[in-house]
Amino acid sequence: MDTESPQAPWLGRSIPRTEDAALLTGRGRYFDDQAVPTNTLHAAILRSPHGHASITAVDTGKAAALAGVTAVLTGADIQALTTSLVVGVKAPIQCWPIATDRVRYVGEPVAIVVAKDRYIAEDALDLIEVTYAPLPAVIDPKAALEPDAPILHPGLNGNLASDRSFRYGDPETAFATAAHTISIETTYPRNACTPIETYGVLAEYDPGTDAYDVMANFQGPFSIHAVIARALKVPGNRLRLKTPAESGGSFGVKQGVFPYIVLIAAAAKVANCPVKWVEDRLEHLAASACATNRVTTLKAAVTNAGKILALDWDQIEDCGAHLRAPEPATLYRMHGNMTGAYDIRHLAIRNRVVLTNKMPTGLNRGFGGPQIYFPLERLIQRIAKHLSLDPLDVIRRNLIQTFPYRTVSGALLDSGDYGTSLAKALDQGGHAELLKRRDQARSEGRFYGIGYAAVVEPSVSNMGYITAVLTPAERAKAGPKNGAQATATISLDPVGAVSVHVSSVPQGQGHRTVLSQVVADVFGLRPGDIRVVTDLDTAKDAWSIASGNYASRFAPAVAGTTHLAATRLRDKLARIAAAQLNIPAEDTIFANGKIHARSNPDNAVSFSRIAAASHWAPGTLPAGVDQAIRETVFWTPPELTAPNEADEVNSSLCHGFIFDICAVEVDRVTGELQFDRYVTMHDCGRVLHPGMVAGQITGGFAHAFGAATLEEHSYGDDGSFQAGTLADYLIPTAMEVPEPIILHHETLSPFTPLGSKGVGEGNCMSTPVCIANAVADALGLTDITLPILPSRLTEHLHPPERTPIRHVKTGERTLFGEGSTTVDAPREKIWAMLLDPAELAAIIPGAHSIEKTSETAFRAQVTLGIGPVKGTYRAAIDLSDLRPPESVTLTGSATGALGFGQGSGRVTLTEVTPGRTTIAYQYEAEIGGKIASIGGRLLDGAARMIIGQFFAALAARAVGARKGLWWAPTTAKVTTVGATIARATAVNVTTVMARLVRATPRRTGAAKGGPDKPGHDGVGDVVQEKPGILARLLRRLLGTK
Amino acid sequence: MPRLTADRRHTVRFTLNGRAVEGEAEPRLLLVDFLRHVLGATGTHVGCEHGVCGACTIQIDGDPARACIMLAVQADGADIRTVEGLAPAPDRLSVLQDCFREFHGLQCGFCTPGILMSLDAFLRAQPDATEPEIRTMLSGHLCRCTGYVPIMAAALAARDRLKANPDA
Repeated sequence: MDTESPQAPWLGRSIPRTEDAALLTGRGRYFDDQAVPTNTLHAAILRSPHGHASITAVDTGKAAALAGVTAVLTGADIQALTTSLVVGVKAPIQCWPIATDRVRYVGEPVAIVVAKDRYIAEDALDLIEVTYAPLPAVIDPKAALEPDAPILHPGLNGNLASDRSFRYGDPETAFATAAHTISIETTYPRNACTPIETYGVLAEYDPGTDAYDVMANFQGPFSIHAVIARALKVPGNRLRLKTPAESGGSFGVKQGVFPYIVLIAAAAKVANCPVKWVEDRLEHLAASACATNRVTTLKAAVTNAGKILALDWDQIEDCGAHLRAPEPATLYRMHGNMTGAYDIRHLAIRNRVVLTNKMPTGLNRGFGGPQIYFPLERLIQRIAKHLSLDPLDVIRRNLIQTFPYRTVSGALLDSGDYGTSLAKALDQGGHAELLKRRDQARSEGRFYGIGYAAVVEPSVSNMGYITAVLTPAERAKAGPKNGAQATATISLDPVGAVSVHVSSVPQGQGHRTVLSQVVADVFGLRPGDIRVVTDLDTAKDAWSIASGNYASRFAPAVAGTTHLAATRLRDKLARIAAAQLNIPAEDTIFANGKIHARSNPDNAVSFSRIAAASHWAPGTLPAGVDQAIRETVFWTPPELTAPNEADEVNSSLCHGFIFDICAVEVDRVTGELQFDRYVTMHDCGRVLHPGMVAGQITGGFAHAFGAATLEEHSYGDDGSFQAGTLADYLIPTAMEVPEPIILHHETLSPFTPLGSKGVGEGNCMSTPVCIANAVADALGLTDITLPILPSRLTEHLHPPERTPIRHVKTGERTLFGEGSTTVDAPREKIWAMLLDPAELAAIIPGAHSIEKTSETAFRAQVTLGIGPVKGTYRAAIDLSDLRPPESVTLTGSATGALGFGQGSGRVTLTEVTPGRTTIAYQYEAEIGGKIASIGGRLLDGAARMIIGQFFAALAARAVGARKGLWWAPTTAKVTTVGATIARATAVNVTTVMARLVRATPRRTGAAKGGPDKPGHDGVGDVVQEKPGILARLLRRLLGTK
Repeated sequence: MPRLTADRRHTVRFTLNGRAVEGEAEPRLLLVDFLRHVLGATGTHVGCEHGVCGACTIQIDGDPARACIMLAVQADGADIRTVEGLAPAPDRLSVLQDCFREFHGLQCGFCTPGILMSLDAFLRAQPDATEPEIRTMLSGHLCRCTGYVPIMAAALAARDRLKANPDA
């Protein structure tokens, strides 16, 4: 390479990643791959099967007595050892990481077992006896605000944790004078980015120094370090928190590991040994963290030409059962950006935070963005429709034109060229062709639509934005909070080799590679010369509360800070070299491993010699150079000031711009979405590594695609959780996710050292609503709800079904069915059998013991297999409405480690001919707990089987044959209504199910149910393709061995 | 198969990446836990423990299988290959691995070992696999980082390079 001209910069090139060789060969060191102290014990967590219940008793005696168990901790133990997690609003509520007197969501920790290994710990969980008194649950955020709603936290006198109103400009006058007020109400669902690696915590306690040593795959922000230390009642320097070198994805979600750090640290103190815990997938889906769901009413004051004069937001944010730090940050992250990409000068906002019986929420890719852009960009389409305008014209008419731009609520938009970005996206994205295709498709009667979304993507969060939830007076009392400290340390060793450390805690974003490019460019070295370390140890490394991997802060903040540190060190090296080369320091050039004179490349010295000088010959350093061994830079942008008296807040430093176009066709028969094209235009400032930027965009797009079309944390109205497996919480695969066309239009950020802005979260903000707009355009819909499951579109595609489906609320997990069987026995005999414990014990499948507690009540122990999962249940059966010997109503409940159920059935005995009786039954049952979360798809078949067995046994016993007749001529019809049907018809059998075939039961009903057979009969059919695999399938997940 | 006792450990022996290995396992011990925690082969990852995500995919007698829904005792006598056995030498990558690096087919890398093991077996069995066939096969794996686009690119490049040079 020519030494006269500087080498081409490494930044901006897609070089291979430093990280990959290890990850591709199985040498990655994720949490569960780390060496642990030899005396490490293992924890397992008992979790609530109820959405809402009082805990009336917990008996841990049998569990504690199990061989191999060291400790069992309950809520009372944790309360004695720790303090409540700090709550971010001024409200009389506490936030414990474990249930104390009541459980408030399915999956909430109830007890922790510490044992010699995980298998034994899980065995012990089954021996803990918890008595619950179920309470009514509230799932819907609006319902939670009703005066008669069940209250989660009695101290709160309702479920409203925060209610703040904001006013910027003069929204009242704008609405009073505008030609049109156009509004929309939307509900944004719950979903999460579900990293493939789950949470992991290893904790040790040293009683000698009252200090905790923790390793966890936590991702930051490290403001949470203070929350954990406070909960553990130690100063921050007695909580050493380390992160592993590799983390298997996070997307925000691993911020939510922190309550478990508190629990496992406390368990380590009690067990007096290091304790390790690795979350399993059911735990993750039910009780890690997910994005908030939100109900929004958004109004716009609009001119006839489509210019938006004012917006009025009414947001009801659902943070789940507890307000966990940093919530309600999801609601305030976008506070400076509530006018999106638009120049709107009048704004009113009402923000309410409610608590419901669902998993507490936390960080998730897009954080607060999807929840505001869904209503905002849906409203843009609605405005266009209302005014008979092209949505593109409404967007263009309102786009911000000049930068920097201060939004009315305080954000300072750093740079952009929105109009050009949009124009380029239309041009390079082939928009004209898409319009033609839409015309063509519509002329053929097909449902083809085009949607748009214009989005401002904030990055580098202001640590002070969350204080906007406080009133100015409360903020003044608490002291100002602001900034976004990033850190970078660069060290030179005695042979002049360069090491870099940053507190960025990556989860696969290639930070080590990009930083090696940044530093190589500054020093004139190759990326391979630079060694970058990104794991963090709070006891040794430079860090601040803003450290961590969130708010898309790597490229703008961390890479920039690294550049500053490298530059500072280079300037010192330049002075050392200049002294040796006899030139001014300004005339030094760093290139190709050498430092040389600008005018004379032969006047050169090797980089490593100068870099080592501070070690070997500090006495020779020129005056004014203290050392050139290690340089740590802390950088925080001055633009990130604290919220002011007027509640104006610059919530983020950088603001990228995205404009998306989605062209989709809705299949008129199946409702399946067929994506013709997806174009996504990004302005993320300077692109540091094109390959990684593309990866961030395609990855974020896939998350958004899942949120738009498949994923939802669904709950029943009773609080039951219904998405406990990856066959229920549907993550898109390579079959579903289309490949987006990615375009760039760069405007450099003037506020970041390298001109970069964040890029990882934008599609999570733009894509869900862009897809929704396209589908709404295709079908001419006014309202559309995510996820856009084909079942939700059927009413727009097909006439109403002839046989009305029994009405149940979506998400309710109810079984009901009916059937009859005829036996050769007089009905008096059958009647007597039904009331005789000894007879019932012989008839009820799996009954161990039945005891009559009164003339009309029985207690029983029953072992039942639901699919592959066998469990023991304590059952109570009451007989009522007795009309001997004609009919009786059986009302029963059952509880066990795997879940609980309750239901009732009416049995009618009819004498067909003398000595021959028809037994007819109808029943209805509700099922909850673990079995409903993970085995929902198996319940129908299992119920039919068990009921069949019951009547077969009854028939056999009635005619006196104990054995032989195992299956009576029974007709049974079992129906499940609710979420499963929605999911069943939603499933694209050819695609989504393709990946499930190997391992999970395949539901054939969805394919079979046509208009004549509206979905019901077949839905319960479970075909076990590979019973051997199925038999093992859920065993570990269920905690049964 | 020998009779197993639930609360006793049994010796499990198999070939792992060409070398004979053995360890003690209770009958209920999952194969993936045995590989990772008994044998220390931590390249195989655990993502869901119910056979959906595919992160734990290994090759048993040449065929891909989910190590999270198999018991260690079932693998007795088998020939097992994991991600640690893919590279031709410690300082070299296989063609497939190299394509993943070149096309940025991984980010966090947690799902990657399973994907590599499936693709390795698949491309050996079907060297002429079409794009849709590869895509369908890949739908047995969940990746949350990449959006699958670069994985497909890497898989297609690996197919072409392996076809051009089957001994690579």
